[in-house]
Amino acid sequence: MAETLHSLTALGHSEPETHAAGPCRIAERFDVALASLAARKGREADVERAAKAAGVPLPGPARWKDGAPYAAFWVAPGMWFVEAPFASHEDIVAHLKPAFGDAASITEQTDAWVCFDISAAELSPLLERLCNVDFPGAPDGFATRTVIEHSGCYLVKRGPGQVVLYGSRSSARSLLHALETAAASLA
Amino acid sequence: MTQSNRIAGGQIDRSRTFRFTFDGRTYEGHPGDTLASALLANGVRLMGRSFKYHRPRGPLSAGSEEPNALVQLRSGPRQEPNTRATVAELFDGLEATSQNAWPSLKFDAMAINDRLNTFFTAGFYYKTFMWPASFWEKVYEPIIRRAAGLGALTREEDPDEYDKGFLHCDLLVIGAGPAGLTAALTAGRAGARVILADEDFRMGGRLNAETLEVGGKAGADWAAGIVAELSAMPNVRLMPRTTVIGAFDHGIYGVVERVSDHLAVPPKGKPRQTLWRVYSRRAILAGGATERPIAFENNDRPGIMLAGALRAYANRWSVAVGDRVAVFTNNEDGLRSATDLQAKGVDVVAVIDARPGGSVLPGIRHLKGAEVIDAQGRLGLTSITIRQANGRTETIRVTALGVSGGWNPNVNITSHHRSRPVWDEAIQSFIPGPDAPHGLTAAGAAAGALSTHGALATGQAQAIAALADLGITAKAAALPNAEDAPISITPKWYAAGGKGRAWIDPQNDVTVKDVKLAQKENFTSVEHLKRYTTLGMATDQGKTGNVLGLAIMAGLTGRTIPETGTTIYRPPYTPVAMGTLAGRSRGKEFKPFRLTPSHKWAEEQGAVFVEVGMWLRTQWLPKPGETHWRQSVDREVLATRKSVGICDVTTLGKIDIQGTDAGAFLDKVYCNTFSTLAVGKCRYGLMLREDGMVFDDGTTARMGEHEYVMTTTTANAVTVFRHLEYCRQVLWPEMDVQLISTTEAWAQFSVAGPNARKLLEKLVDQDISDAAFPYMGAGSITVRGIRGRLFRISFSGELAYEIAVPTRYGDALIRALVEAGKEFDAVVYGTEALGVMRVEKGHVAGNELNGQSTALNMGLGKMVSKKKDAIGMVLSQREGMTDPNGYRLVGVKPVNPEGRLTAGSHFLEIGAAPVIENDGGWLTSKVYSPHLGCDIALGYLKAGDQKMGRRMRAVNLLAKPPTETEVEIVSPHFFDPEGERLRG
Amino acid sequence: MIFNHPILGPRDAQEFVYLGDASLMRRPDGMTAGIEAFHDWLYNRDNPAGEHRELWYHEQGDRSWLVVTRNTVTHEVIRVELARDVAKAMGRTK
Repeated sequence: MAETLHSLTALGHSEPETHAAGPCRIAERFDVALASLAARKGREADVERAAKAAGVPLPGPARWKDGAPYAAFWVAPGMWFVEAPFASHEDIVAHLKPAFGDAASITEQTDAWVCFDISAAELSPLLERLCNVDFPGAPDGFATRTVIEHSGCYLVKRGPGQVVLYGSRSSARSLLHALETAAASLA
Repeated sequence: MTQSNRIAGGQIDRSRTFRFTFDGRTYEGHPGDTLASALLANGVRLMGRSFKYHRPRGPLSAGSEEPNALVQLRSGPRQEPNTRATVAELFDGLEATSQNAWPSLKFDAMAINDRLNTFFTAGFYYKTFMWPASFWEKVYEPIIRRAAGLGALTREEDPDEYDKGFLHCDLLVIGAGPAGLTAALTAGRAGARVILADEDFRMGGRLNAETLEVGGKAGADWAAGIVAELSAMPNVRLMPRTTVIGAFDHGIYGVVERVSDHLAVPPKGKPRQTLWRVYSRRAILAGGATERPIAFENNDRPGIMLAGALRAYANRWSVAVGDRVAVFTNNEDGLRSATDLQAKGVDVVAVIDARPGGSVLPGIRHLKGAEVIDAQGRLGLTSITIRQANGRTETIRVTALGVSGGWNPNVNITSHHRSRPVWDEAIQSFIPGPDAPHGLTAAGAAAGALSTHGALATGQAQAIAALADLGITAKAAALPNAEDAPISITPKWYAAGGKGRAWIDPQNDVTVKDVKLAQKENFTSVEHLKRYTTLGMATDQGKTGNVLGLAIMAGLTGRTIPETGTTIYRPPYTPVAMGTLAGRSRGKEFKPFRLTPSHKWAEEQGAVFVEVGMWLRTQWLPKPGETHWRQSVDREVLATRKSVGICDVTTLGKIDIQGTDAGAFLDKVYCNTFSTLAVGKCRYGLMLREDGMVFDDGTTARMGEHEYVMTTTTANAVTVFRHLEYCRQVLWPEMDVQLISTTEAWAQFSVAGPNARKLLEKLVDQDISDAAFPYMGAGSITVRGIRGRLFRISFSGELAYEIAVPTRYGDALIRALVEAGKEFDAVVYGTEALGVMRVEKGHVAGNELNGQSTALNMGLGKMVSKKKDAIGMVLSQREGMTDPNGYRLVGVKPVNPEGRLTAGSHFLEIGAAPVIENDGGWLTSKVYSPHLGCDIALGYLKAGDQKMGRRMRAVNLLAKPPTETEVEIVSPHFFDPEGERLRG
Repeated sequence: MIFNHPILGPRDAQEFVYLGDASLMRRPDGMTAGIEAFHDWLYNRDNPAGEHRELWYHEQGDRSWLVVTRNTVTHEVIRVELARDVAKAMGRTK
């Protein structure tokens, strides 16, 4: 067999990059495996049981919950995005399917998204220029879909100065440009 | 002449001096000045020309209500027309020029309009530019546009950035005068999240312009103390230089922050302005009040201004507008201007008080029951004519006159949802009416509480009430002592003198005479008055003139003012630059770009990209020596058909559909059947709208018992997903179906051509022989060890596959495909070649899926199963949609191979006139087929299926003159009609 | 406008996509109802000045379809429900 396929980050590099912009640090994450997990109709209890056994947190609406190896955030009624370390869980569906069987619909989402870690002493000034999320009013662990740069994103608040942002992978460069421009205007 | 009119005191920073120019002359001013205050300090009263008559004008006001002193600010690409000098904050190096005057502000040729004023009366537009209708576009509009319009743009691109943002608060306080400051303080101390916005660069509102004391301190000092306390509160956001421009539904306010307008050039990275969308739970309008003039002849002379402005210039900006000053008032507040100016050492020669009785100011010539009836001085006031109570007239030499006809609460924002202000007899003005936007209350002068105490008290009370609605308890602190005098106003709208014109709306040059004419011609409703005379339709929206105009109309019609009513206001409160509304969405940042997984590789190859929605797709890939796109496209098509071609098809929508009812669900949303599809196979699906028209098409594969992967067109990826969610949540909520988009998760490439399999066999780890992976097969594979998917589907009519890997491997896959394809002379083709091949094959795409076509029109009528209840099935059988002579998809070839076809051309029979009755349909898509060596097209032709072989004309009616080509109607399947290559 | 989403609380209407009158939920059964019934259902709507039930999709949110009861004159939002719940209560099944 010839050599395998190399991978590129959403920004088009072989290794993820970190950008400093204004008071913010914007780091592309390339180490997260992501899958959607949706309970099948009438199987909600089975999903809860299986999740518990497999160590998959199933937080309530608009929440992200940490765990090991899985973390997860709520995206829709009965549906979560499950995060895991890419190195150990690249084929995340293959890891989750045995645990949930036919109780859940599970789909790989890893490469549908670009993932950014955004940090600063205080992120409100950045986010209020990007999206309509009431960031200062939201608790840590708040997770929501929102619109940044005309496209849908998932924003997870880890703390007042710490955010994980998932944006559509194809527009990663435009999204980064928007983040950097807004961050530069804070300087 | 350096700041000859500067007097002592004020809130300007004399330790620093700014130099600026107006019409090329250099002047000096100080930080804290506005352009108007600095010009007035230098003895410059003439700042502009009026809109219609080109009358010489100076500032009427000291604030955002200014109708007259409109200037062009800055130069070059930053030139900004119609800027109010009264709110333009002075900076070092500011450049301003007058506008609407030629050749100069002092001698304006268009002032001839002033002499011709009898022609330019109310309704002038409607009466003059009536007919012929064809004159509008060619003659009238250009004339009007040249003569009217105030300032000009340079047409160079604005180099500054504009931003947008979102803010959230419990309480938005609009205006930082005594009422707003008290409201914000009350709420801030209660722990509420507060935003306090004020259009001025210095918070404090009227307190900055008054000598009144609050709590034993100068009002301005008290305000500064409150601002300091508020700025220390983490829950309070102070936003000076920020105008709330509109109230929108449910507590949303549009707010413009002038981030860098007070600087010559914005700091690097900073926007010039930011448009904020503020989400408030409650809001208090504490926007103060605007003084209104009294109409009298020639009351628009430079040097005549509102009495409150006259003393604002003296108290706040240390400017005596004139050396000899008079005040004309009908209320108590006007007297403050006289006493304040006198205290500043300005010669106050007379107070002309329209009220007959009452006390008299000591030490000032205070004439009771008197009126100003005329003014003199063309380029600047020199004298006024007054009429005393006894009827005697007298001319008094003055260089400035302050006029006060009372104060109008700034109710504007309360009207943004159509609430009508109501008349308050005590202050002779309109106050906010019922049904103000939900959550918005008014306080202070905006609510009609014109005294300082009234402002403090209502500011506090409204804040407590607003927070109580939110369950937040706020304490009522002891209010500082402040004046609480009534305004004691006696209505006075128009002091009639001779036959001259008396201005109501100075910017649009609406005079008392115009109101009289409107009344005579029966335009007596306020809405008609506004449109007929243009009263209040200028950039100042009639902030000073509206109430005056309708009060005069009330007088003419014998109705009361409440009976006459008032027009209401729309956003924005003050003019907003277009750039601010656009924000960062301009040029290349208008929308984001979506890049395909092969983008990096294609860029390296010098690919030409095309925008498809937000996607940038490879349109074609020129090879060295190719100078015309057709050379590249023809080569890509021929090479694909000859051997193998590769195309990035990632942009097509992909939706993962799982659940025990997934098959039954697809049977509902597709007009054909999917529940019977075998696992490991795919099928072409046609999706209808309920009205029976085709919505979308694509291939859907069954990956498992309860697992399908749907493909949509690139254009409809989002709308199809929305539609599927609608079907599963709303129409069939008990179905077990889960959906997730995977469009971006997979990099997908089409590999098409006779050698497609041979090429893929070099990369795919599994057996993909025809037996193992037959036509329309689908399944999971690995590509050099990486998990992937393979679909044996074809859009080109060739033996073809679509191969997918997780997107991060897409770049590697395109490179691997190209590398492995070398031995087959593989090409990578773009959307143009894709389009050529699909037309050759007779596949429908965007031009045929136009939202007005049925499956029958497309020749796919048999796909609509009537054995199941699918969306669109019933209404697709409507009469008219099943017409056997309706449009059918046909192929079109020129009779002469050299003949050119144009998409959009219409079918006409030979010899038929090009009239609608003879229209046979139209050409939807046209390409040059290198395979056939001529233009070919698809089209919708009436009864097209019965016209195979017929000769017709394709007439391009848009060409001038119309062009036409004789064509032959053929099957849309130009290429391999039996589909033998697909199954190869 | 702001919709008080039954799960997520107040959200800006900018995040939603409007479909139309909530009477669209009463889709006739295609195997039994005829063209007339479908035509009436699809095209004939009331256009009230006042209370109106509408279907909105939270596209930039949790992808819930909502039934929003809204006053078309005042824009007051009177009620917001999950369309799925409303549909089930109406007896819609598979």
